[in-house]
Amino acid sequence: MPSFVYTEKCDGCKGQDKTACMYICPHDLMMLDKGKMKAYNQEPEQCWECYSCVKICPQQAIEVRAYADIVPMGGAVIPLRGSDSIMWTVKFRNGQVKRFKFPTRTTAEGSVDPYKGKPEPKLEDLTKPGFFTHAGQTLPTLKK
Amino acid sequence: MAEKGTFGNPEVVEIETDLLIIGGGMAACGAAVEAKRWAPKDMKITLVDKAALDRSGAVAQGLSAINTYLGENDPADYVKMVANDLMGITRDDLVYDVGRHVDDSVQLFEEWGLPVWKQPGDEGKSLKDGGKPVRSGKWQIMINGESYKVVVAEAAKKALGMENIYERVFIVKLVLDAKNDNQIAAAVGFSTREHKLYIFKAKAMLNVCGGAVNVFRTRSVAEGMGRAWYPVWNAGSTYAMAAEVGAELTMMENRFVPARFKDGYGPVGAWFLLFKAKAANALGENYMEKNADMLKEYPPYGLSKVPATCLRNHLMLKEMKEGRGPIYMDTVAAMANLSKTMDAKQVKHLEAEAWEDFLDMCIGQAGLWAGMNIQPEKSPSELMPTEPYLLGSHSGCAGIWVSGPEDIAPKEWQWGYRSMTTVNGLFTAGDGVGASGHKFSSGSHAEGRIAAKAMIKFALDHKDHKPSLAKSTAELAEEIYLPVRNWLANNSLTTAPDINPNYIRPKMLQARLQKIMDEYVAGVATWYVTSEKMLERGLELLTMLKEDSKKMAASDLHELLRAWENYHRIVTAEAHLRHTQFRKETRYPGFTYNATYPKLDEENWKCFVNSRIDPKTGEWTCKKVPHIDLVPKG
Ligand SMILES: Cc1cc2nc3c(=O)[nH]c(=O)nc-3n(C[C@H](O)[C@H](O)[C@H](O)COP(=O)(O)OP(=O)(O)OC[C@H]3O[C@@H](n4cnc5c(N)ncnc54)[C@H](O)[C@@H]3O)c2cc1C
Ligand code: SF4
Ligand code: SF4
Repeated sequence: MPSFVYTEKCDGCKGQDKTACMYICPHDLMMLDKGKMKAYNQEPEQCWECYSCVKICPQQAIEVRAYADIVPMGGAVIPLRGSDSIMWTVKFRNGQVKRFKFPTRTTAEGSVDPYKGKPEPKLEDLTKPGFFTHAGQTLPTLKK
Repeated sequence: MAEKGTFGNPEVVEIETDLLIIGGGMAACGAAVEAKRWAPKDMKITLVDKAALDRSGAVAQGLSAINTYLGENDPADYVKMVANDLMGITRDDLVYDVGRHVDDSVQLFEEWGLPVWKQPGDEGKSLKDGGKPVRSGKWQIMINGESYKVVVAEAAKKALGMENIYERVFIVKLVLDAKNDNQIAAAVGFSTREHKLYIFKAKAMLNVCGGAVNVFRTRSVAEGMGRAWYPVWNAGSTYAMAAEVGAELTMMENRFVPARFKDGYGPVGAWFLLFKAKAANALGENYMEKNADMLKEYPPYGLSKVPATCLRNHLMLKEMKEGRGPIYMDTVAAMANLSKTMDAKQVKHLEAEAWEDFLDMCIGQAGLWAGMNIQPEKSPSELMPTEPYLLGSHSGCAGIWVSGPEDIAPKEWQWGYRSMTTVNGLFTAGDGVGASGHKFSSGSHAEGRIAAKAMIKFALDHKDHKPSLAKSTAELAEEIYLPVRNWLANNSLTTAPDINPNYIRPKMLQARLQKIMDEYVAGVATWYVTSEKMLERGLELLTMLKEDSKKMAASDLHELLRAWENYHRIVTAEAHLRHTQFRKETRYPGFTYNATYPKLDEENWKCFVNSRIDPKTGEWTCKKVPHIDLVPKG
């Protein structure tokens, strides 16, 4: 399902030096046509349909059209990702529609502090089994 | 973006660091969090990823399950399961070490904000506090994992600070130290956004760039070729870069050929394990029961409660080859069975769970169902084995030979620093570590953390070491920009840029690689069958392809990225071919068959196959390495 961009909706991320879709695509597929200020997928046959670009686009300008060499036309899967959940609309070729909503995270975005309330490890434990979070614990071992 | 004309002359940026993490996936993010906590304040830790951490690597689109969470299980039982699934040849020391560490990573994920499904009554109680997870199998737990990678990346970014993270920089090669034999010194790459070339000098390096995808011709060859099961962007960089500096590889003959929902390659685990669905041939026959006798040829791996994954494929392939396909997952019966004891609301919930399994980790499969009007409660879905993938963290064990944990590994399996390859200062984890599969997302994260501690030790022990390079920065720049030079020097020769007698564009290089691997090295074209003669011919063709890689052309930074990714694929493919050639038996029926040696040969080949490239001459050698069981197997 290569991603595609609706001409009308894309505003080129308002000419910022980094567009959201270019920033996020793990395979470097999204490209901004600077003349038109519109983004496009420069290598559709390399698209994993990971939806990272679809989920991040501030204009909801990106959708995915199922791989034409595999899937009959007419279906669509459209996400709307919020800060703690995601809504999915699944449209079938025959017109039927299903909607689902799933939680995505239980903490506020940006709130992770990996060391808060965690023990300070001692350097002499560095070569022992166990992580910094295991301070004071002994992990099981196998008899040699 | 680079301006025309300046394209061939990149700015060179040199960065000195104590630790360098190459990759930004699960292993890399684990390493970042652990390393920063142990490192002395003045130790510099740098991370470089070819993509953006939030959505890079195999977990980019999320996951619906964490496949390794031990909970009440004994790590020794985990070792047994992994060994059996990988046909007996795994490193018990490495697997045990992951097993005893992994749960802590999962508990951190939950603390950071990943929603983990809990059993009724335990909702709201964390895993750490004894909350009981919903298990889809003995080792797997269910999650709402759309934002899994975002959450894990956030912790890594917080730990290191964005000022120490370079996104959109692709590492092309590693460089050995000029003064110390067999010691790592630098990693060289380029920005895919700016006109810059990077040289990172480091005391210790973690090479964690994931597995290898698109090495073999894919079943779909047009738009659908992006819909690989494993992440299409992981190009074997881990294996190729390590091999080229002389690190010993292990079990590169291993591969994974998952049987998944056809074409969309959506996950089947929840269907089999959670929803108790059965797979059958087109006549409705349960091929696992029907062909059960075939398993007896592979004791003990075929006789355990859950036969090795390759053997399950082996039984399925018999049906397909004899014309009793398509194979179907009977989702209809499974849903009907489950809903017998449920009210309407529960049935609706069940249906949502089935869709979430796809929407959390393989949205393309949901798109395929939508386009084909497939509703799991109304119509069954086709299953199909995919093209082969090379990886070390999922249900495969290809990778690099590393030093084991001090308290467990026998002396032949350890050389001082856990997770270090046979090159001093070069470490790996996740998909990079060979002979220890079934780590999955959580185990890869944990293994990155284990490696990080050993890297700190290495950096402390080599405090005064200053990496030095034999080549000048200008020479290194030229090597990396060769495809650009090829383009600039030749593109005006012809009227159509794709066809030029003096260069080959990366796309065609990849197509040629895939064709060779598919036709000679047991791809889908031959139902995964190869032979001594086919491998011989395959190697001849692959050698010419490798020669032609010197003529790759890149017209922009994106194409330069593709050029070097495909180069990494070629080196990885060669490792796979040479290992397959060396192992004179059929160890993984269902994944690959050597028609010249069609039988499993426990007496002569229950051993590791390790290989090495001599970095001075480029010559490959393969050897047998004895296998030892540290945990007695039933
Ligand atoms: C379809 C699918 C289903 C899966 N299902 C599950 C599941 O249900 N449960 C589970 O626990 N696990 C599952 N996994 C497995 C899990 O995702 C992997 O085991 C894990 O991500 C491996 O971690 P890694 O760090 O080795 O590689 P990755 O996470 O893939 O990270 C590789 C990193 O390297 C970077 N990189 C690559 N090349 C270069 C280069 N040359 N220079 C710089 N950076 C580079 C990439 O951008 C990426 O950041 C699944 C994976 C897939 C693809
Ligand atoms: S993120 Fe959306 S709006 Fe921004 S450039 Fe891409 S498609 Fe256009
Ligand atoms: S769907 Fe994923 S792979 Fe495809 S263009 Fe968007 S971000 Fe890239």
